[in-house]
Amino acid sequence: MNAELFVYPFLIGVLVLFTILLLKFLFWIFALSRIDKIRLWYFIRSKKILEAIIESFKEGLIHKSIYKKNPVLGYMHMSFAFGWFLLIVVGHIEAMIAKNSLTIPFYLPIFFRYFETSKNFTGSGIFAFLMDLILLYILSGLFLAIVKRFYGRIFGMKKTTKLKIYDRLALYSLWLIFPLRLIAESSTAAVYQNGSFLTNGVGNFLKNYFNLSNYENFWWAYSITLSIFFILLPFSRYMHIPTEILYIFLRKAGIKTKKYWNSYSAIQVYSCSRCGICLNDCQLMDAGVKNIQSVYLLQYIRNKQEAEKELFGCMLCGQCQNGCPVKINLNDLRTALRIKATEQFTFSYSYIKINESPKADVVYFAGCMTHLTPGIIKSMKKIFEYIGLKVWFMDEDKAPCCGRPLMLAGQHDAAQELIKNNTKMILESGASTLIVSCPICYKVFNEDYSLYHVKVMFHAQFILELIKNGVLPVKRNNLKVVYHDPCELGRGSNIYEEPRKVISFYSRLIPANNERENSLCCGGSLASLNLPQEIKDLVTDNALNVYLRDKPDILVTACPACKKTFMRRRKANIMDISEFVVQAIDTKKEIENILKLEVKKEISSY
Amino acid sequence: MGKLDFIKINTRHIDYDKFDNRLLNFVLENEPTFHNCISCGCCTASCSAGKLTNFNIRRIGLSLRRGEIEKLNEELSKCMMCGKCSLVCPRDIKLRNVVFLIKKGIAELQKNKFQSTKIINYN
Repeated sequence: MNAELFVYPFLIGVLVLFTILLLKFLFWIFALSRIDKIRLWYFIRSKKILEAIIESFKEGLIHKSIYKKNPVLGYMHMSFAFGWFLLIVVGHIEAMIAKNSLTIPFYLPIFFRYFETSKNFTGSGIFAFLMDLILLYILSGLFLAIVKRFYGRIFGMKKTTKLKIYDRLALYSLWLIFPLRLIAESSTAAVYQNGSFLTNGVGNFLKNYFNLSNYENFWWAYSITLSIFFILLPFSRYMHIPTEILYIFLRKAGIKTKKYWNSYSAIQVYSCSRCGICLNDCQLMDAGVKNIQSVYLLQYIRNKQEAEKELFGCMLCGQCQNGCPVKINLNDLRTALRIKATEQFTFSYSYIKINESPKADVVYFAGCMTHLTPGIIKSMKKIFEYIGLKVWFMDEDKAPCCGRPLMLAGQHDAAQELIKNNTKMILESGASTLIVSCPICYKVFNEDYSLYHVKVMFHAQFILELIKNGVLPVKRNNLKVVYHDPCELGRGSNIYEEPRKVISFYSRLIPANNERENSLCCGGSLASLNLPQEIKDLVTDNALNVYLRDKPDILVTACPACKKTFMRRRKANIMDISEFVVQAIDTKKEIENILKLEVKKEISSY
Repeated sequence: MGKLDFIKINTRHIDYDKFDNRLLNFVLENEPTFHNCISCGCCTASCSAGKLTNFNIRRIGLSLRRGEIEKLNEELSKCMMCGKCSLVCPRDIKLRNVVFLIKKGIAELQKNKFQSTKIINYN
């Protein structure tokens, strides 16, 4: 059997696609660091590769994560990916059985109905039925995709992603592929009756109105559309289909996103499927900022557009990263980009003089933000005093910052200078524990400092330990309390339980709508450099509306910056967890009195 | 006249005819809230870097308007970008962004990358 001419566009498309993919993949893998390459090499030979294969099947074909987040959207993605995969696999089996050979030309199953007009091989009826069913399945997904493009709200999506010209062409060719296949198969079936319920039915229906004897033309159209899609794929957003699989393998191999931009970051940029779930998670959407979300940032990188304002506007709250079905490390990518954008200038802190640190077993580092909320420092001091612990208050008077705000602004190298100084001071004191009351500091002390034996503790963890050991008295009251997870503490450092446990020792903790991984940003994030204040205020108000919906007596948070930001906008009882705990020590002052005092103070300040 | 050069006094005179306000314009364009500064000094009062040195963030506006770019660059290197100044500012000025923009602007001036070479002509 000779290949017909119409097969050639398809063959060229496939050839171009696979050459470009191979070159790109090799380039990316080659550009990885030496250690990462070794990691990959050992991974390929280990059993863990099975996990990666299973996950790429689950995520690349079935799209389980999207399905969990949004079933209709998941069904749409699944119908395309999994449906097409089935169409290829079942098509191959069918062609192999029909030809009675394992070596068939790979284009044959794609245009099988054209070449095989008879229905006299084993199981031909079943196969025809299966193929029609799968095609119908894909077409149902296609229908949803078209509806989504024009009426996104049906899917619970606030907004669907904007497209550029390559993407638009690729999208339309993808939309056309399956209807054209249906028409080509149907028109052939109208002549030979070699289809099943769908193609025969559609063919017989069309036969009444059109002359279908030149059915070859439809196969031409089908082949050309396939070819266009394949050639556009590496240059459009559909590049995510192959890249996502590569990313899953590299991620499973244990390769981590680095501080600086490298080829692994580029792979992540290209594996974004632009599903738009990050748009739904982003609080800035409701505040009217609709161009800085992660999906757009990745698009700007791919299109090599300048997007500095967008890069530095984001609050890095991490909700998009938490919701991303492809598990792209969006926060780290953004930070790496910020480092790249600011490498032309730096700061210098040679003025910092290291004074001799006093010997102490426990060091307390309040951090810049805590210094803006003296109530927290007072409470911490009171707790230390009550339990009789001698603590060296490291930054009581003069101390440099922890370095995290600099890192958030992209000044990674400048921050190292501060980190070096602070590390020296802490280690010289001979301390075994470092207590911090600010999640921003906690994250950097945990991740970027090498403090050897010194245990870094967040103040909520420390307080919980005190309560459990019976050092701090517990006095129950009947107040309703809502807890707000600060971004840097929750999503950033994975501390969710300790503050909740502390609160439930004292009061009744009631659940809020956005808790734990889905908690909302207060809007005062240091990561955002250029968001206008009105927008930040909107974010704060929206978050407060969520947390104060059930009218709790107190809103407890664990971050001084969150507390400060919330207090600016609402006259409510907003407390840090240390202030909340101090009530038990201060026997003279009942919590209700403290509350009254707080309210009075606020009123006078307004 | 060469012998009498020592008589020349280095005045602090600023010639506004030759004043290069590209940096000022760059900052104000990108962070318009800086127009609102009332020089109240809250930022300096809360400043972490100011506690360690004589760094005075309130004065960057003055230096910027005088065009003392060298001095500005050196001063601002002391900033630790902790962001307290932005949080306490009564006029909601994003001082952290102002510091960032000045640093960036100077770096771009040095590379002569500034697109707009707006030098105000008062004549």
